[in-house]
Amino acid sequence: MLNGEKITKTILFLASLSIILIASGMVLSLMEGTIPAFNKFGLKFITSTDWNPTEGKESYGALPFIVGTVVTSVIAIIICLPLAFSTSLFIGEIYRGKKIASFIGTMVDMLAGIPSIVYGLWGFYVLRPWIVEMGFNDQGYGVFTAGLILAIMVIPYATSISVEMIKMVQNDLKEAAYSLGATRKDVVFNVILPNARSGIFTSYILAFGRALGETMAVTMLIGNSNIIPKSLFDTGNTMASLIANQFGEADGLKLSSLVAIALLLFVITGLINGLGKMLIKKI
Amino acid sequence: MVSSITEIKETSNHQKWDARFIKDKIFTGLIILFSLITISPIVLIISKLISKGYKQINLSFFTETTPNTYQAMLANEAGNTIPGGILNGITGTILMVFLASLMAIPIGVLIGIYLYENGTKRYAKIVKDITDILQGVPSIVLGLISYFWVVKFITNGFSALAGSFALFIMMLPLIIRSTEETFKMIPVSIKEAGFALGVPYHKIIFRILIPSGLSGLITGILLATSRVIGETAPLMLTALGSMAVNLNIEKPTSAIPLLIWEFYNDPNMVDLIWASSLLLMMLVLGINLISKMIISKRNL
Amino acid sequence: MDEINVEIKDAVLEIKNVSVAYNKGNYAVTNVSAAIKRNRITAIMGPSGCGKSTLLRAINRMHDLYPNIVTEGQILLNGADAAKMSTMMLRRKIGMVFQRPNPFPNMSIADNVIAGYKLNGISLKKSEKEEIIEKSLQDVALWKEVKDSLNQKGTFLSGGQQQRLCIARALAFQPEVILLDEPTSSLDPISTKKIEELLIELKEQYSIILVTHNMSQAARISDYSMFMYLGELVEYGKTKEMFINPKDKRTDEYLTGKFS
Repeated sequence: MLNGEKITKTILFLASLSIILIASGMVLSLMEGTIPAFNKFGLKFITSTDWNPTEGKESYGALPFIVGTVVTSVIAIIICLPLAFSTSLFIGEIYRGKKIASFIGTMVDMLAGIPSIVYGLWGFYVLRPWIVEMGFNDQGYGVFTAGLILAIMVIPYATSISVEMIKMVQNDLKEAAYSLGATRKDVVFNVILPNARSGIFTSYILAFGRALGETMAVTMLIGNSNIIPKSLFDTGNTMASLIANQFGEADGLKLSSLVAIALLLFVITGLINGLGKMLIKKI
Repeated sequence: MVSSITEIKETSNHQKWDARFIKDKIFTGLIILFSLITISPIVLIISKLISKGYKQINLSFFTETTPNTYQAMLANEAGNTIPGGILNGITGTILMVFLASLMAIPIGVLIGIYLYENGTKRYAKIVKDITDILQGVPSIVLGLISYFWVVKFITNGFSALAGSFALFIMMLPLIIRSTEETFKMIPVSIKEAGFALGVPYHKIIFRILIPSGLSGLITGILLATSRVIGETAPLMLTALGSMAVNLNIEKPTSAIPLLIWEFYNDPNMVDLIWASSLLLMMLVLGINLISKMIISKRNL
Repeated sequence: MDEINVEIKDAVLEIKNVSVAYNKGNYAVTNVSAAIKRNRITAIMGPSGCGKSTLLRAINRMHDLYPNIVTEGQILLNGADAAKMSTMMLRRKIGMVFQRPNPFPNMSIADNVIAGYKLNGISLKKSEKEEIIEKSLQDVALWKEVKDSLNQKGTFLSGGQQQRLCIARALAFQPEVILLDEPTSSLDPISTKKIEELLIELKEQYSIILVTHNMSQAARISDYSMFMYLGELVEYGKTKEMFINPKDKRTDEYLTGKFS
């Protein structure tokens, strides 16, 4: 009991140390696993479009998957934008405080709760046939289909943060505009948007960060081909879907290349999320 | 000048349905339309899961292990429901989520308390940033890490332990942040009252802070659980899957999402996909519902 | 209340049996009737929670913004039913100034003055714009202080200057009535004095309704006063008469500081 307080504080400190060890251990392990691939390909790994596991001619490059990841996530954000924006205005402003707003809010929360693999299944059995029916391509797989399912998956993240930002706009500013005879549309575009702009922007950055790392649903819909997609309805692979797809049969240089891609994915999502957190702290 | 303003006033006074009014209505209409589009997937997905999955949900679905693809094929050809169930997945999910919670709850709560107590220190801010970074790491990367650490070094093969370690790293940041947020909402005076009575530090934490914030802590833990319960990608790289019920933490183990992935890849098992997904969804939504109920009770 | 009824001819606003309820049945204002005289300052006083702000906000239908607030009764603006006008039109004719100065932080000082036009999508010629900005700022005695920084954001202004900017914003539309909801409660005494002097000048052109928790302010600048208590209009009359010889016991107790 003499030093009870010190012991407690030490335990708390040690616990906090564990997360630092886990995080730095992760980075070290990823870097270590990358070494064989790095020794073989160097920085060309990032710019090479080859993914050839044939023994003797093994050659791996990450560019198609970097492109696939960015393209699907950008498609997702473009589709997500009008939907999440409207929904956040619905919840945070137009029907704020009404039952219908909390109902829509609950539905959006439920969207966030759906596991990735269930989105993938639904995309495979429902969304993909629609894409085929509309004649975009024969199989329905591709970066657009993957981007579409990603959009549905990240809408809840963009929406919930946007709602907070919209609600943060001071009520007396909105009232001042209404007292001058402004309509709701005027208030949205002249008062809410200018004042919540950076927050709403940040919500899309964070949603983008989410989209980058999504695995299962994308794996099931993107078509899994190791080439740079040339059009919206081309098949491709993202960094995450490649790892999920190829990990089972990987060892040696191929495994190392997958780890290198994981490291890249870790760095890219880290940068995007870091940017988002930085922006949010400024608000 | 005055006359021009009066003019504007007079003209728009008589036109209640002037262009601005109509534009505003159109704007509101678009917002409502887009909001409905946003929530339509949840309705479509749940109705699909129920309509396709309900017929496979029976007693054997919960008490038997997965059939092999041949059994399923025969049943399909005869037009019967597929025999067997997903017991191996249910037990695997419970086992791995339980193990992950066992690791994540104490460590997460302790780190959360550390951050709450030392929030302004530079080191604590670094811990906070690392927590945020960890929360953003794609789950498949966490699976890869657990593969290197646990599969390769500890269990020398795919195992439930490796799966739960990946889930543990996923849960950790969620529990840390929710613990910190919960404690921040407890009035400082409660803590000070404890100090004023000469209560030792660890007792303040365990007898005052944790009980006062218990509902918040539980909510955070439940939400973290519901986030990892549907995770598939990290388990593919760590727990692998198993056709039989396995409770040995050093052996490969199945989980509900892993089974869904297997069924997805096996055309004979299609019917089981929907029932398993329905069960998984109900688990996730059920846990979310319980935590929402705890939150609303606390706010009363 | 006879003397007030006689003056209905000069009334800019007639408030008839107005009640306001938050969350069904929870009345904040009950059955208030009054005629507001043109080109005068009418003060609404009363202890906090008496419903004075709620009554004020019923006049330009600010309560319409909140689904859980119900307004009953009738308000006539120049004899026309306010409930039948579009809220946009009504609010252009009735300007409002809020408790805390709230210039739009994303707009320059000049844009703040003509915010009503901008928000209503009315395009002005450059000359009209300049004229309105200058006149409105001169009306609130702010022109000299800000004429060289019109294109800067208004955030560097003092609280009192910001509040005068907000009054200018309300004046720019040349409304008939200006509602002020405790406009000086967040200001220092010197700024308060300037605003009060300004209001006395403004009543030449506008009808002013001022909610205040500060009875000496009501005594200093208002022509007519209402005293509200627990949602009810207890007494309404010429300010001087009410302060010298209150008719109701509750008014007397309030004015003599028995409760606040």
